[in-house]
Amino acid sequence: MSLVYAGVCSHAPGITGRANLVKDKALREEFYAAFDVQRQEIEASGAEALVVVAAEHFANFFMNNMPAYCVGMADYYEGPIEDPEWLQIERRKIPGNADLSLRLTREIMNTVDVAYAEEWKFDHGIIVPLNFLTPRFDMPVVPVNINCQGPPLTPLPRAWAFGEALRRACDAVPERIAIVGTGGISHWPATPDSGKINEEWDRDFLDRLMRNDKAALLDYTDEQTYADAGQGGFEIRTFIAIAAAARVPGTLQFYTADLPIFAVGCTVARFDLDAAA
Amino acid sequence: MSLYNLQKVLYVLNRDPAAQESYRADLDALLDSYDLDDEERRALRDGDIGLLYVLGVNGQILMHYAAFLGIEWFDYLDMMRKGIERYGPVRAGIYAMTGGGDSFTVEENSQ
Ligand SMILES: [Fe+2]
Repeated sequence: MSLVYAGVCSHAPGITGRANLVKDKALREEFYAAFDVQRQEIEASGAEALVVVAAEHFANFFMNNMPAYCVGMADYYEGPIEDPEWLQIERRKIPGNADLSLRLTREIMNTVDVAYAEEWKFDHGIIVPLNFLTPRFDMPVVPVNINCQGPPLTPLPRAWAFGEALRRACDAVPERIAIVGTGGISHWPATPDSGKINEEWDRDFLDRLMRNDKAALLDYTDEQTYADAGQGGFEIRTFIAIAAAARVPGTLQFYTADLPIFAVGCTVARFDLDAAA
Repeated sequence: MSLYNLQKVLYVLNRDPAAQESYRADLDALLDSYDLDDEERRALRDGDIGLLYVLGVNGQILMHYAAFLGIEWFDYLDMMRKGIERYGPVRAGIYAMTGGGDSFTVEENSQ
C-alpha cells in the first residue's frame, strides 16, 4: 500500500550489552521508554513489514566485496552474530519476506544499483533496535545496509537518492511498510575514546534532520564529519536516507548525550507522515 | 604488511565457529593461511589488543576479538591506550585515538 511509518533510532551494542554498567539508571529507563513509544507507533501504523536501514559492522560485508547498498532477500535471518552473552540478546531466527524484498529491490534498481543478499546475520546495528521495536521478533524484517565503515563510502547525495528510491519501492508494493534508520550521530565507538559524544554537533544534525532540510543534511564532508563526529559519524547516511524516504519534517522524541557507557548519543525520532496526508 | 589481511583473519574469526575452533586447536596453522608479516603475526599470536589497535584494526572488528579472548570492556579500552603508549600512534585505518588517552565515561572513571 505505502509507507506508513518512518523513524530513526540509535544502535550500539552497549545499549543492551552494557545496560547493567549504566550509572544513571533512570535516564536509561527513559531511553528504553522512548524506544517503546516507537514500537507502539509502528504497531499502530498497521505495518506488515519493517525495513531496517542500518550500518553494519563487518558481520556480513568486508573489504573483499563491499557493497555501498545492500538489501536482504531471505525468508529468515539469524542474529545476533555477536556473542549473545556479550550483547545480552539471545540468538534466534528473525522472520523475513523474500518475495517482498525482491519486489522492493526490483523497484530500487530502477535508479540505484543496489546489491542483494539471500543470507544475512544481523549484528547489533539491526538486532539491538529490533530487541526494542519488535520484542517478540514476529514482524517480517527487510534488512538494508549502507556501508558506513569501510571507506570509500557512498557520498551523502547518493544516500539521499537511495532513500528516495526506497520510498518509491515502498509505495509500489501492496503491503503497509514501516522503515527505521538506525545509526549513531557523533561517536567514537570501540576505540579508547568510546563514550565521547559531540552533543552540539548531534543537536545541530538532528535539527537539520527534523526540518528535513535536504541542502543542510547534505552539507557535510567526510573530513569534517570525521574531525567533529568521529568515524561513527559516517553513519549519518542511514538517517539521511530515511529523511529522503519520509519527505516530511519530523519530531525528535528523545535525545541524550548522558549515557556515555552506550558510546552513542541516544536518539529516537519519527517523521510526521500523517501531517502531510 | 597489509591491514587488509590482518583484519581478514579477525573478520573470519569473529563470524565463523570453525575458525574459532582452529584458533584454539592450532593457531599457527590458521595464521599460515594468511599473508601476514612478523609483527602482525605476533600481535595475533599474543592476542596483543594494543598492538592490533595501533596497526589499525577497526574497533568494530577488534572489540569482538577482545570479547572472544574473554577481555572485559574497560580492560579492552585500557589495552588500546596502553598500546598507544607502548607502540605509538595508530598507523593505519580510521581509528586514530583523539582523546589523549582520557576516558569518556563516568562509569569507567568511577571504577
Ligand atoms: Fe554503528
